[in-house]
Amino acid sequence: MSGMNRRDFLKKASVLAAAGTLPISLVELAFGKGDPRNFTFAFISDSHITHIKGREFVRNWDRGLIRAVAETNLLDPKPDFIVYGGDIAQLGKPEEIDHGLELLSGLRGKVHFVMGEHDYYVDLGDYWRKQLGPDHYSFDHKGVHFVVLNSILTHDEWMHRDWPDGMARMKEMARLDNPNGSPFMVGEAQRKWLAGDLAKVSHDTPVVVFSHSPLQKIYKGWNFWTEDAEQVQALLKPFRKVTVIYGHVHQIQYNQIGNISFHSVMATAWPWPYPSTYRQAPSHLAKLTVPMNRADPFFERDATGWQWIDVHSGHVDLHYFLPNNTNRTVAFDEQLGHPVDTRYQDPAKRIPPQEHY
Amino acid sequence: MDKHRNISMAAALSLFVGLATAGHADEFDTEDLKRWQAEFMSVVEKGDRLFHGGLKSRNSVSCDQCHPNATNTHPETYPKFQQQLGKVAVLGEMINWCIMNPLESEPLALDSDEMIALQAYIHWERRGVALTPGKH
Repeated sequence: MSGMNRRDFLKKASVLAAAGTLPISLVELAFGKGDPRNFTFAFISDSHITHIKGREFVRNWDRGLIRAVAETNLLDPKPDFIVYGGDIAQLGKPEEIDHGLELLSGLRGKVHFVMGEHDYYVDLGDYWRKQLGPDHYSFDHKGVHFVVLNSILTHDEWMHRDWPDGMARMKEMARLDNPNGSPFMVGEAQRKWLAGDLAKVSHDTPVVVFSHSPLQKIYKGWNFWTEDAEQVQALLKPFRKVTVIYGHVHQIQYNQIGNISFHSVMATAWPWPYPSTYRQAPSHLAKLTVPMNRADPFFERDATGWQWIDVHSGHVDLHYFLPNNTNRTVAFDEQLGHPVDTRYQDPAKRIPPQEHY
Repeated sequence: MDKHRNISMAAALSLFVGLATAGHADEFDTEDLKRWQAEFMSVVEKGDRLFHGGLKSRNSVSCDQCHPNATNTHPETYPKFQQQLGKVAVLGEMINWCIMNPLESEPLALDSDEMIALQAYIHWERRGVALTPGKH
């Protein structure tokens, strides 16, 4: 944020919002007013680029990503880096990953990628890793330790069942409401790696974890779920300030479990209903979450959006910029010790589109 | 015109009464109920398959991509004023809107087997929810 205070930034961001905003997230990590270590990053996720045939791709999903890239490049101040939250492809096809990366190549800045299940299950991530490198890694930036996990692995027995081919496996996992699916997990090998990685980090260092699936259990039927979430949370417990930012759910969610703040990001492709609206099975969305507005299907970018995320002294505030909807801010409340929506948290202040049924 | 209709209705009625009295009363047993439920569920299953990629979709997009378990379809609220269409619409019209727009494909006849199957599946996933016609 050097050379620009927060108000200036918000002003510029509002101008950008007024111009028609996009499903990206700009993240600011703030150590205090005027601290030279303050910085921002952007977040794009869940584009689900879908190959039809030849050079044909689903126009709607392409447009979401094209807009996100264009607007990210307009951000001022320029974000230090960009995170892509996973599911660049719909069926993990090389055509889809290549086309998605071609669209993302317009971004001016370093991009850190997260693996999504739609990128993975056709070839167990081979093509994605060939193009983008490891699927779990960490890096440090201006005093913050960032960890990227591949949280969409599953039981070996399911992964290596007698599938006719990789695409058959991919199509099973691509169906969100598949009763024959299998739960996501980080897995033992990666948890061991994470323990080793975190052993080198001081407990006062803010830690930000990126995963595709929520590292908490919301609804198993749609894999709004990570099977070994508690074990991953336990590894993060010694740190004073931890934030998990995830994609996959295509909706606004936030929660606080002990020292860990959880935030989801929006998709560039399409929104998903809240699991509570499925009346045949129970689910556990955090009571803290004030939902996004119910989608208007007639406006194809509705209920997609982008976030500007701001971490005060290591805690995260999310500013959601939502096309044709009132923008949202979900900020960490130091006194309450959890994130709150600055406008809508009070039930009396909620608006009819936030009612999901 | 009216006279002809009255005569033919009377003829139909006497035929129906005649058949009913000569044949079986409409008394059904648990086997009938099972059979009828099975008939219904076979159409639900067909709708389930259509909903999950079984429709002819020009761009390969399927209903379940936005509506897992048929959520956010709200069959219990139709007919309702669909402000984007500027009129009171039935569920089938919204299904066709989705087929024509996100799926970029050809709409179904409202009385086609496929449209009936899709609605059977959507209603089945929503079973137990109170009717709220007109609710947005």
